[in-house]
Amino acid sequence: MKNLPKVREYRSPVWSEPIIMEMGRKGERGICVPEADQEIKSKVGEARSHIPEKMRRKQAPGLPEIAQPQVLRHYLHLSQMCLGMDTNIDAEGTATMKYSPKVNEALARLSEMTEIHPSQDEDTVQGILEIIYRLDLFLREISGMDQFTFQPPGGAMATYTNAIILRAFHAQQGEGAQRDEIITTIFSHPCNAATAATAGFKVITLMPDENGYPDFEALKAATSKRTAGLMITNPEDTGIYNPRIKEFTDLIHKAGGLCFYDQANANGILGITRAREAGFDACHFNLHKTFSSPHGSFGPGCAAYGVREELARYLPKPAVIYDGQQYHLDYDRPDSVGKVREFLGNIPAVLRSYSWIMSLGPEGLLEVARTSVINNNYLTKMLEEIRGTVRYYAPGKYRLEQTRWSWEKLTEETGVSTMDIQRRMVDYGLQSFFMSHHPWIVPEPFTPEFCESYSIGDMKYWCAVLRTISDEAYSDPELVKSSPHRAPIHLVKYEDLDEPDKWAVTWRAYVKKKGKSALERP
Amino acid sequence: MRSPPDQQGTVTVSNKVKNMKKKVGLIINPIAGMGGRVGLKGSDGREILERAMELGAEPEAPKRAVCALRNIVHLKERIELITYPHEMGEDESSECGFVPTVTGSIKSGYTTSEDTKKAAKRMAQAKVDLLLFAGGDGTARDICSVIGCRIPVLGIPAGVKIHSAVFATNPRNAGELAAMYLGDESLRTQFREAEVMDIDEVAFRSDRLSAQLYGYLKIPYKKGVVQCAKAGSRAGEEASVRAIACDVINNMEKDWIYIIGPGTTTRSIMVGLGLRNALLGVDAVCNREILGLDLNESQLLNIIEGRRVKIIVGVIGGQGYIFGRGNQQISPRLIKKIGKKNIIILATMDKIVSLREKSLLVDTGDVEVDRMLAGYVQVVSGLRKRIMLKIK
Repeated sequence: MKNLPKVREYRSPVWSEPIIMEMGRKGERGICVPEADQEIKSKVGEARSHIPEKMRRKQAPGLPEIAQPQVLRHYLHLSQMCLGMDTNIDAEGTATMKYSPKVNEALARLSEMTEIHPSQDEDTVQGILEIIYRLDLFLREISGMDQFTFQPPGGAMATYTNAIILRAFHAQQGEGAQRDEIITTIFSHPCNAATAATAGFKVITLMPDENGYPDFEALKAATSKRTAGLMITNPEDTGIYNPRIKEFTDLIHKAGGLCFYDQANANGILGITRAREAGFDACHFNLHKTFSSPHGSFGPGCAAYGVREELARYLPKPAVIYDGQQYHLDYDRPDSVGKVREFLGNIPAVLRSYSWIMSLGPEGLLEVARTSVINNNYLTKMLEEIRGTVRYYAPGKYRLEQTRWSWEKLTEETGVSTMDIQRRMVDYGLQSFFMSHHPWIVPEPFTPEFCESYSIGDMKYWCAVLRTISDEAYSDPELVKSSPHRAPIHLVKYEDLDEPDKWAVTWRAYVKKKGKSALERP
Repeated sequence: MRSPPDQQGTVTVSNKVKNMKKKVGLIINPIAGMGGRVGLKGSDGREILERAMELGAEPEAPKRAVCALRNIVHLKERIELITYPHEMGEDESSECGFVPTVTGSIKSGYTTSEDTKKAAKRMAQAKVDLLLFAGGDGTARDICSVIGCRIPVLGIPAGVKIHSAVFATNPRNAGELAAMYLGDESLRTQFREAEVMDIDEVAFRSDRLSAQLYGYLKIPYKKGVVQCAKAGSRAGEEASVRAIACDVINNMEKDWIYIIGPGTTTRSIMVGLGLRNALLGVDAVCNREILGLDLNESQLLNIIEGRRVKIIVGVIGGQGYIFGRGNQQISPRLIKKIGKKNIIILATMDKIVSLREKSLLVDTGDVEVDRMLAGYVQVVSGLRKRIMLKIK
């Protein structure tokens, strides 16, 4: 790999920024609203009198009192210390971190979108209802399913929706008590097992066979009259194409179960294979992955969950329907599992994805899959040449859009672990790679995924950084193990994450754990 | 701020203790591993050792111990290293830059397992915070026989036979883990009881495997170091074992007899039922009451006569044996009578991941029974959680 680019210098700004709740002082204001004119006052009366008594606060909220420039400075400092999606190469596998074109964001920020209220009468929101309905039609075409809902705000909520729909289906068949087992695989996203368990199912997990495929013989042994269904990510995290998937779904159907296809990340198969032909009864797409709506850090995600006709009556309500002239919100669905999210879900994500699909067309979607698969296999050739890497399973075989790699050899030879390398990447201004879901079947794992929006230059630069870190691991392992050194925060002791007494995820919890000293202002 | 409550298995250290030097014991079994390179399947016994030397075997354990010690030496000002003379630790610690406290006496060049036991006794008397030893299964057994689970121990793998789960994966990892426990990270180290296994070398040399479970040593392990933010927190080993016990207890049926094999995972069922148990033996339970503790094959056969019975067994860490290692009381005859579908196998996810082959092994001594057991089974890995594994 002689032609890799030179690794550039990087150093993050470091602001020792307090928490916003610790900032400001009593009486400080962001905006001072001017006093109303006498004329207005006399006509309208006291502003407070317009708020119903029962809605008035008895006490002021415990918010910081702080001036506008300080607020702006604070949040800009924080943003400078983040490796944002638009400032670096973020090739986190299983997450499909692609570039989201700004034009789609511009649409989502139009007042026609931002200023509508979810409780508005359907007559007044025909435009967005049409977009929801049409995106449903697109996804039917892409997946072969018969109806979609956009209520689930994330992948795990879609798998949960699936689990409760399976439960409802079997109950309706009079087999609710008998069919209490869900089968999944260890390389499927763990939310499949977790949400099935949340919905009350017993969970049976299949391990990979020696070639890295989910073990079909194990599936045979696991399937019985207690099987409610199969919930599987396909391709799994390994990125290996499973040519036998139809045999899996056939086997489950024969036993009376249903099959759910976790397609949160469908980048490698978009326009190439469909859930229906693979024999699935339901599937979901994360619009914030494959369909280019930003992830938004647990914020505005949207998982489109679709089913075959037989299951459509169980979908969350309301459904958006079209009578040939008007779009309606249909609440009259007695078998529906109810709501899994307020209103219709995160609709700006639906709008962005609709716009993204419209801009690409069917050929463009196919090109997305082809490019991302080519990217991944091009990357493979480069990564294989970096000292200490091991590509797990299926030697010589191509992968789809991602690959599970291992630093096992490098760790064995240098003591530097994948977590050390992950942290060291930040010293070069790169988002750390995704390692693996738990448990780590592949030791010292890492899972890159270069979506279609990354250039060959991006991939070469990313590999140049990894090669540099690999060289460092062999020549000066301590440097990597004690990293990051040029990031806003240094080595974090991960073990503390296991100590509920030591962390607080809200200010209220922090104050509770730390006591009054937390409230003392410097 | 109130101090955090003591968590099970977590060491909480007061400031006073923190400022004191920690004591580390070091025992090297200098002859461990010598038989391996020359194909002798172990180094137990004087004759074998002499044959190994004739065949040109060189001491392995000292080199491996040095490799581990190099990863601790940066803490030398903060720890007191207590060791045995010459090749049993003194030489190696000095080579790495330690100034060790040397105790006991040996006949250099002629050390035996008695020396290991005496050394372990002295380390326990000196109240070491951690006992590091370099050796193999035989060494682990010697140490276990003297100190049991009284003090934390960690094995530097150096022997021919490494069937016990008390060893780090390699000498460097042993050093790193020890340094973590001895340094600032001690609060984040947990302990688990790990199996001490050993096989009969005489039988092994004639290619017969006959392994026994000899007990448990308390070993430190890194808590949460394979954590990543996206996956969130995994339940600790303790919690997983309790969840497994909970699943088993919930599914226990009236009037069925449950034969409970040895080990820590199965012990949790007895603890969950509020019953006494034999950690290394086989117990029998019915309707939440003890039918017998530490039973042998014929006692078990008597008890089950004409009854509905299930067998509950754990998995030996690393290797994956469920029968034929440490639970020979559950004989092929018994297994045949009770049937494959009445066998409940327990293993935490951590243990499953640790299996080298990701499959289970049986060695009941009866080929027919081994064949009957082969195939896929559901292993209980948590509350209402099963993992499909293949019995080879």
